[in-house]
Amino acid sequence: MNAVDVIQLDKAYGTVTALTALSFSVNRGELFGIIGPDGAGKTTLFRILTTLILPDRGKALVDGYDVVKDYKEIRKRVGYMPGRFSLYQDMTVEENLRFFATVFGTTIEENYTLIEDIYKQIEPFKTRKAGKLSGGMKQKLALSCALIHKPSVLFLDEPTTGVDPVSRKEFWAMLTRLKEQGITIVVSTPYMDEAVLCDRIALIRKGTFLDIETPGQIIDNFKETLWAVKADKMSSLLQDLRTLDGVKTCFSFGDVHHITVDDKRLTIVSLGDRLSRQGYREIEIKPIQATIEDCYMQMSQNAE
Amino acid sequence: MRIKYLIEKEFKQMFRNNFLPRLIIGFPLMMMLVLPWAANMEIRNINLAVVDNCKNTYSRRLLEKASSSDYFHLVEVASSYEEAMNGVERGNTDIILEIPATFDRDFVKEGNSKVLISVNTVNGTKGSLGSTYLSSIVADFNKEIISESGISGKANIPQVEIIVQNRFNPHMDYKIFMVPALVVMALTMLCGFLPALNIVSEKEKGTIEQINVTPVSKFTFIVAKLIPYWIVGFIVLSLCFLLAWMVYGLTPQGSLLTVYLYALLYVLAMSGFGLVISNYSDTMQQAMFVMYFFMMILMLMSGLFTPLSGMPQWAQNMAMFNPLKYFIQVMRQVYLKGSSITELAPQAIALVSFALFFNGWAILSYRKRG
Repeated sequence: MNAVDVIQLDKAYGTVTALTALSFSVNRGELFGIIGPDGAGKTTLFRILTTLILPDRGKALVDGYDVVKDYKEIRKRVGYMPGRFSLYQDMTVEENLRFFATVFGTTIEENYTLIEDIYKQIEPFKTRKAGKLSGGMKQKLALSCALIHKPSVLFLDEPTTGVDPVSRKEFWAMLTRLKEQGITIVVSTPYMDEAVLCDRIALIRKGTFLDIETPGQIIDNFKETLWAVKADKMSSLLQDLRTLDGVKTCFSFGDVHHITVDDKRLTIVSLGDRLSRQGYREIEIKPIQATIEDCYMQMSQNAE
Repeated sequence: MRIKYLIEKEFKQMFRNNFLPRLIIGFPLMMMLVLPWAANMEIRNINLAVVDNCKNTYSRRLLEKASSSDYFHLVEVASSYEEAMNGVERGNTDIILEIPATFDRDFVKEGNSKVLISVNTVNGTKGSLGSTYLSSIVADFNKEIISESGISGKANIPQVEIIVQNRFNPHMDYKIFMVPALVVMALTMLCGFLPALNIVSEKEKGTIEQINVTPVSKFTFIVAKLIPYWIVGFIVLSLCFLLAWMVYGLTPQGSLLTVYLYALLYVLAMSGFGLVISNYSDTMQQAMFVMYFFMMILMLMSGLFTPLSGMPQWAQNMAMFNPLKYFIQVMRQVYLKGSSITELAPQAIALVSFALFFNGWAILSYRKRG
């Protein structure tokens, strides 16, 4: 039995389609990432899987239970951390944790080992109101509260959005340790760089999956020739590259542009020549290894 | 037994809020100690201007009688009606009493004379009460003159003397009329609207999401929200009764138990109404405005300030759907008339129906949206 099974799931809000014919499975003990930009349907999917909203069509099983029929069972065995901090801001750290433990019919002491690693970092502030915590601490408290009843599946909706890079790294390290304790984790994120930390990822775009694979496999499937281009006038360079003969796609990636090219018609040297003839200086072109983001852009382009 | 922890949480949050406990205590205190003195329908100090064109014995006596009444405050003795009218236009004068030049002569000769009462009715209540008071003073004066002049020619006309007896509130103390009704308002705010606002605030903050993925059922969640406010509501209710007794010496003529029983029914109905509003609101702002809208209508059409029987038929029909009306009736009847459940059966039926209707609606709308 899989931790999550989704078959042909549809959901629309009025005339706006959020999810179309979505199917996937998450294995037990897996760290499964759902990667996509804002508005792709990640939160909708999470809300269906955690029984907060009903799907229009299709079937979804969590821990073997149907999200529509057996929602009561599911609520006993999943942990959910919404994208927005949703604990009681006027209650202290300890009160929040104790409250969620009692609500699930357990105690902090019973499952302390599971959260110890995370909770001990915020324990010095346990008498502080949750609303007065810093962003990183809030996130740790929310994770502790979502874990206190030892869920079999943990759903984390964009847990690292709005968190600083150091805390993000720490957070992923915590997830890896939780996975070792046998908890299945389904996590969504708009950050493509976090994707490689997952066992498998699903790339989501406009309510459908582009691909579901291990991050390594997704990168291996990228067959295009990929170069990073840099020059003195980056914004006009983007436009010029897009109209250049032999360049298939061009996207801005921080301080460089990534381009895929037809290598029969263009070499690094010939591209360099053409750009310098157009007046660009300090031109740097080098072949690079594709990242998940390149794969995502490529697949979105193909899906259009 | 999860509900115990949920209720504990509610109380914790309620007392930790640095505004709510003060409001819960301050609101009924304000209601009971300040409003009964302010919300007073009796009109005193009506500004009177007189125009005495006659200036003779009888006319002077009438003027003296009118201005010595504590309802009136003599502001002007004008030489002509036009001059007095100027006072009305400036807003200094509310009522004019004009005595014609032939007043004394007519009185003596024909045993009958006329005066003019002219009233500013921009404020309708003040105007109508003012003219009533002044007419009764003139009538009184009339009686005096007749009895003084001995039983003369006209005395054979049979006279009907009216003796007014005020029942249930013999001194027509407006406070006694207001206090029971104000208690109803306090209860409405505390038990009907506060828990509903609390639920909407959990929606707005997103904390309800986190609760909804736990095994706590929606029913438990809502009941755990209502119970603390019910408890607080009944404490406040008792506090109000205590204040009514201590400050106004007002104790119910009927049984206090009857009042509590009806309060329970009323609280159930209003909580249901609040829940319906909370189900359709996503933000506190929305909920506040909807409640404000209904509170205005419910209050003005409840008989709290103006008697329902004075309203047009359509308004009275509308008021049939106002739970506030029934509970105010109960409070006044038990407090002032000593009515018991037997006499108040229609009100019980109405309140039970409201409770069933609103709570049923709340459950249905919650299901649909959940």
